[in-house]
Amino acid sequence: MLSIVTLYPEALGTYGDGGNALALAHRAHARGYRVESLAISLGSPLPAADIYLLGGGEDGPQRQAADALRDDGSLASRVAHGALVVAVCAGLQILGQSFEVAGGRIAEGVGLIDAETRRGAQRRVGNAVITVDGRYVVGFENHGGDTQLGGEAPLGQVVRGYGNDGAVDGVHTEGVWGTYLHGPVLALNPWLCDAVIERATGESLGPYASVADDLYQARLAALL
Amino acid sequence: MSSLSHLRSRTALWVGSTAALASRLLRRGAGEVIGSKLALALDPDLLRHVGADRRVIVVSGTNGKSTTTALVQAALGNPVDKQTGANMPTGWVTTLIRTHGAVALEVDEPYLAEAIEKLSPEVVCLLNLSRDQLDRTSEVRQIAEKWRLVIAGTTTQIVANANDPLIVYAVGPALNVTWVDAPLVWVKDASSCPLCTRPLSVEGDWECACGFRRPTPTWHLNSRSIEGPGVSIPFSVALPGEYNRGNAAMAIVSAHLAGIQAGVAASRVSEVKEVLGRFGTVRWRGRRWHLFLAKNPAGLAALAQLTEGFSSDLVISINDNVADGRDPSWLYDAPFDEIARGHHVFCTGSRALDIATRLHYSGIESTVIATLDDLPEQVTASVPVTVISNYTAFSEWQRRGTPC
Repeated sequence: MLSIVTLYPEALGTYGDGGNALALAHRAHARGYRVESLAISLGSPLPAADIYLLGGGEDGPQRQAADALRDDGSLASRVAHGALVVAVCAGLQILGQSFEVAGGRIAEGVGLIDAETRRGAQRRVGNAVITVDGRYVVGFENHGGDTQLGGEAPLGQVVRGYGNDGAVDGVHTEGVWGTYLHGPVLALNPWLCDAVIERATGESLGPYASVADDLYQARLAALL
Repeated sequence: MSSLSHLRSRTALWVGSTAALASRLLRRGAGEVIGSKLALALDPDLLRHVGADRRVIVVSGTNGKSTTTALVQAALGNPVDKQTGANMPTGWVTTLIRTHGAVALEVDEPYLAEAIEKLSPEVVCLLNLSRDQLDRTSEVRQIAEKWRLVIAGTTTQIVANANDPLIVYAVGPALNVTWVDAPLVWVKDASSCPLCTRPLSVEGDWECACGFRRPTPTWHLNSRSIEGPGVSIPFSVALPGEYNRGNAAMAIVSAHLAGIQAGVAASRVSEVKEVLGRFGTVRWRGRRWHLFLAKNPAGLAALAQLTEGFSSDLVISINDNVADGRDPSWLYDAPFDEIARGHHVFCTGSRALDIATRLHYSGIESTVIATLDDLPEQVTASVPVTVISNYTAFSEWQRRGTPC
C-alpha cells in the first residue's frame, strides 16, 4: 500500500503538477502496490501519507499554501516519522525559512528545510537538466527565485539551466526532495519517479518499460 | 491631427507598402508584416492615424479570440474569410489599411493597453483568462492585474463574461460594462479569490466572503434565443460546442453596442461555419481530416464537449516551437480521460512522445507517429479523422491539406 497526497492543487498546480501523482500511482500500481492517491485543498487537515506532493504556483496562492501548511503544523512530525515530501518550484520555496514575493515582501515559509529564497536578477525560463547521483534529470524551469541552502544538500548539480543559483538545484534531505524543474518532473524522469517510490516504501522495484523511457531518452538527446 | 503628422503617417505607409512589395517580389514570405513593421518603426503614431475615424471593436482573452473576432466581423457584415489571426500592432495596421468602415481586431493579451490607447475602440470584448504558454507569457493573474490598471482608466464600452472571476476582477474598475452570461469551460485558475485570495467556488452565482461576486449579467443565452434588455432574439450557432455559443453571444452583444441591430448580428453570426480553418475539414493523401485547434488546458477542456462527434481514430499533434510554448507540461492539466479514452490515438508533432507518456500515465496506450507522412496508412476510419493540434502543428495540417 502506497498513499500519495497532493497538497493544495488549487494553489500549487500551475503547470501540469498533477502529472507527478499520476506517474507515481501508475508506476507503483504496475509493480503490484495498492495505491491511494488523493488531493486535499487549503484549510483541510493533512491526512497521513507516505508521499506529500507540492507543486508550483503564483505569488498569492504560494503564500496561502505556506500559511495553510504552517497552520496545520503536522508536516514536520510526519516527515520525522518517515513520510517523504516531493516539492517543485514554488513548493520548494515555501518549505524554506522565508521567500520573497512581488513588491519585495518577505513571506514566512514552513521552515521544514534550512533555505532562504529571494528574487533573482531575472526570471529563469527554459529547459533544464541536472544530475542526481550521476544520473540525469530533465525538465523545464520557470521561476524568478534565487535559493540559498543552509547546511542541507541540493538535489542535483545544474548541467543546463539555473536551478537554485546556476550551480546546484533543489534540496535533498532524508524527508524532502525538492527541485526547480517544474510540473510533471516525475512523469518525465521514470527513474526518479521509481526512486521516490523506493524511498517511500523502503523496497526495491523491478524494471518497468514504457513509452516514458523513450521520452526520457529523447529529451536527453535533445537537451545535452 | 496636424498635416505634418498626416504626412509622416502617409510616408511611413508608402515606405511600408514598398517594402512589403519588395519582400513579396523577393519571395521572403508574407510581405505585409515587414511592411507594417517598417511603417510602425517610422511612425510610432501610425496606429492612431490609420485607426482614426474608424469604428473599432477589439477582442481579447486567452481562448476564442480569433473565433470571436471573426464572429464580430460577420456581425458587422464584413467578410470572415479574410481573417488573418494577427493580434499585434503590425497585424492591426495591415487589417486597418486593407479594410474600411467598422472593423473587429484581435488583440493578444499583453497588447490590450496599446490597443485601447492607440485605437480608441468603440467596444472592448473580453472573453476569459486562463493559464497559457507560461514560458512566454505572464502568469494569468499578472495579466488580470495589468488589464485592471488599463481598464480603470477608460470609459470605453466593455463587453465581458460575467462568469469568469479573473475577467470580473480585471474589468472591476470599469465604468461602462455590459455583462454577458457566456458559458465558461475552465475555472481552475480562479479557485482562489483574485481580490482577497480566499478559496473561491466558481459555481452558479459565485460569491466570495470578501464581497467579490459575479455581476448580474444583462445578456443571457437560452437554448434557442439570446435575451438582452427588453429583447429576445432567435439564436443558433453553426460552430460546434457550448463554448462557441458563448463566443457567438459575446460577438453579438459587441456588434450590437457598435450599432448593429442584435437580430441582424445574430443572423449573420449563425452562418459562420469555420474560422481560419478551425472546425474545418481538409483532404490529404486520399483521406479527410477534421481539424481542431487547442493550445492550452482550457482549449482541450472545451474540445471535451465535442467528443461525441470525434472519429474512432484520433490524431493529437503537439509541437514545441516558440509560438506553441516550449514547455508542454500543460498536457497534464488537460482532461485527456474525457477526450482520448476509447479512441485509437495517434500522437504526432515534435512532442509526440510527451503526449504518449501523458496518455500512458492515464492508462491510455497510443501509437507514436514519427513523421506525419507515416500517418495516412495507419488510420482506418472512413469518416473524416479528428485531428487536435496546437498552433504550429495546426498550420502544418493546413499547409498539407486542401479544404473540402
